[in-house]
Amino acid sequence: MPELIVTKHIDVPGIDRLDVYRQYGGYEALEKALREYQPEEIVELVKKSGLRGRGGAGFPTGMKWGFLAKNEPRYLCCNCDESEPGTFKDRMLMEKNPHQLVEGVIITSYACRVSTAFIYVRGELAYAARQVQRAVDEAYAAGYIGKNILGSGYSLDVIVHRGAGAYICGEESALMESLEGRRGYPRLKPPFPAAVGLYGGPTVINNCETLSTVPAIVRNGADWYASFGTEKSKGTRIFCLSGHVKKPGNYELPLGTPLRTLIYDEQYGGGILDDKRLKAVIPGGSSTFILGADKIDTPLDFESVAAAGSMLGSGGVIVMHEDTCIVDAVLRMTEFYRDESCGKCTPCREGTYWLVQLLERIEHGHGKLSDIDLLLDICDNISGKSFCPLGDAATSSITSSIKLFREEYEYHVREGCCMVGPKARKPAAAAL
Amino acid sequence: MISEQAKQRMRELAARYPVARSAVMPALYIAQAEEGYVSRAALEAVAEVLNMTVDDVESVATFYTMYYQRPPGKKVIKVCNSISCYLRGCDALIEQLERRLGIKRGETSPDGRYTLLTAECLASCGTAPVLQVNDEFVENLTPELVDRLVDQWEAEFQSEGRSQSQDRDQVLGQRPSGAGGC
Ligand SMILES: Cc1cc2nc3c(=O)[nH]c(=O)nc-3n(C[C@H](O)[C@H](O)[C@H](O)COP(=O)(O)O)c2cc1C
Ligand code: SF4
Ligand code: FES
Repeated sequence: MPELIVTKHIDVPGIDRLDVYRQYGGYEALEKALREYQPEEIVELVKKSGLRGRGGAGFPTGMKWGFLAKNEPRYLCCNCDESEPGTFKDRMLMEKNPHQLVEGVIITSYACRVSTAFIYVRGELAYAARQVQRAVDEAYAAGYIGKNILGSGYSLDVIVHRGAGAYICGEESALMESLEGRRGYPRLKPPFPAAVGLYGGPTVINNCETLSTVPAIVRNGADWYASFGTEKSKGTRIFCLSGHVKKPGNYELPLGTPLRTLIYDEQYGGGILDDKRLKAVIPGGSSTFILGADKIDTPLDFESVAAAGSMLGSGGVIVMHEDTCIVDAVLRMTEFYRDESCGKCTPCREGTYWLVQLLERIEHGHGKLSDIDLLLDICDNISGKSFCPLGDAATSSITSSIKLFREEYEYHVREGCCMVGPKARKPAAAAL
Repeated sequence: MISEQAKQRMRELAARYPVARSAVMPALYIAQAEEGYVSRAALEAVAEVLNMTVDDVESVATFYTMYYQRPPGKKVIKVCNSISCYLRGCDALIEQLERRLGIKRGETSPDGRYTLLTAECLASCGTAPVLQVNDEFVENLTPELVDRLVDQWEAEFQSEGRSQSQDRDQVLGQRPSGAGGC
């Protein structure tokens, strides 16, 4: 079993309380940071560790911090809006080990000379928000947050802010709009948050898992962290395994671990449900391209998954076995983007609606062969032509599934029903 | 009506944030907790405290799905129907709930007990299928578990009904003899 970093203490009873967290070395990294490092030195340390963002894009974290404009006040937003279908790691980190996250937020705020930090928790995750709030309250009471932290002269305020049901608020600029008390519409970029962000100030925004990793890096050093993973994808990350596997769950593995290990190893997924055949895998949440079963030996690192034709995204690995009707599954994913499109720009607002209509038509046996190319045409008119990446994301499952499983779409049109799965026509029944 | 206490909490929140307007979302939650939904009175109270127009507050409230435009049922049941729950058979469970509760998804039962909603991925895909009852998770759903849940809710409403009629009895001075005063 590889050494775990961010989930190392996740199952320790009571780790969500300050006293237990401290027994396991909690807040030692913060003390070390304040005592031994200048803020810029922590930025350098995190750069050297190779840590890359766990929110979706995999942007190098230390580099992002280094881009911050010099003016003050500066802000930190911790993105705990977790809502990408197939992703359930941040909720676990918040519910089970909220102090680790809070410690990461404080160290990062110190490193970036931030005076007010926000933890934006998805509205639906009420218990997670209560856990994080309690950890923040305990940290205030212990002098880890507030004025003159541990006598260092550094002061910080941390505010836990609850979302209220809008996937788009996970997008960083929409999140800032939401924090400013407005509808969560994405902002035009540039300017990037590092230059003009929350309340117009320089803002660093990072994912929950990214910041939960920071204390371990400060405690154990950049070289230690960089010794996990691959040349370009350092460290570990939490893979959220779901769908048709025997043992779904969160598994922290070094980057570069083969997809096969995650899905089939007894310690992790334990194989495909009912020992059926693997059909397809979505490696990074529903916004990433579907991979065929032939990609099962792909190492799970940023570069290899990109070479295989997809993205590591949010770490949500969704497994589909042979009885999955791909058209119905893609329809389900596309409905999500239709419902969550914020409506700001036309290609996404109208396009996702049309995509669902076409997919419904095909799925229910009323489609035409030309509808398949029409789907691709609409995808082409959304992707790269929308205001924010949600539009692109809406098209990933469609374009990749048509590439991989075009015959299944054609079968729906020709036969008027699914090729596989519960709604497929049974051969014997068809003959009668 | 929004209580003075609630308004005071909104004011304190507004002071916490660098800009008062940032408190509009938590303030809406406070108002909703009092009214059960974002009523006209709720919008007006938030607007007054944060020095915004009512229309402005309403435009924020209507963007987010967790602010209810109408009074929901006493138990708001949200069943995830996104991809991982779909792969694990959530559709049949939603139909089962529709049958047992006698309402379709999106509806509130006429007696005001239940609102049944479908939800987008609830960050619980590893324990799919899942639902939330008034924001608390129930994971690893099966048809049997769904039946037990509905039985339990029904029992809760029944005993609530009984204790309410008892309250009425008490008000009417028809307490069974020997029941303690203080
Ligand atoms: C539509 C959309 C939704 C997103 N949702 C999330 C989310 O729920 N959580 C998250 O951390 N990042 C999300 N992101 C990515 C953020 O915009 C941002 O890149 C990320 O929080 C940066 O953190 P990192 O560098 O630590 O990964 C989303 C992006 C888009 C376009
Ligand atoms: S792409 Fe979609 S979500 Fe993004 S701004 Fe346009 S309408 Fe909104
Ligand atoms: S798909 Fe249902 S919880 Fe994620």
